Amino acid sequence: MRTRKALAVAGAAVASAVGAVALRRRSARSRDRLELYFEDGSLLTIAQGAPEADQLLLHARELLAAAQS
Amino acid sequence: MSVSVKRVPPAADALAHLTEISTQIKAAVVLDREGTVQASTVDDERAGRIASSALELFRQADAQRDQELVQLDAALSGGSVFVVRDEERLIAATTTPGPTAGLVFYDLKSALRSFAEPPKPKPKRAPAKKKAATTRKKKDADA
Repeated sequence: MRTRKALAVAGAAVASAVGAVALRRRSARSRDRLELYFEDGSLLTIAQGAPEADQLLLHARELLAAAQS
Repeated sequence: MSVSVKRVPPAADALAHLTEISTQIKAAVVLDREGTVQASTVDDERAGRIASSALELFRQADAQRDQELVQLDAALSGGSVFVVRDEERLIAATTTPGPTAGLVFYDLKSALRSFAEPPKPKPKRAPAKKKAATTRKKKDADA
């Protein structure tokens, strides 16, 4: 009985962890983001919510809207 | 910001080829560093708006670091935006959501290269050589 209870708790914990990871991945994918590639080979990723993201994403959205209009 | 629209005929071929080879690219505009549209796959009015936004986006993104920016992509919910530069021009393109970024960058760079290359001159025919006569003359000289 005790073993069965322990297994149930462990199962719930694993399922919860898997769900949290999946949710986090999904929300990260749906967030708008920019990737900037510089001459020295460095890459800068700016995700929605970062202080410098607003203005850059605004222009990117304008560009996309102009193309789709 | 004002953006003028000027068409250069050979450029249209490169962009037509670009949208032909890449099904992910929906619209593309080539512009110079001042924002003048050189070619596009959309009408002039839309091309001007795309060029204006692309130039502003690229300038602001370039200011993020001391190093010079060479390319960028923005993944948005409705699609993605790509901007690539070479020495003289920028090419801006929009794609469907979730594109293969590496492939799109490759195609855009190829298109930019085709703009930079001067048109190849037609190969001239070399005059036919008269080998037989030369040989005979040499034989005559030997004799």
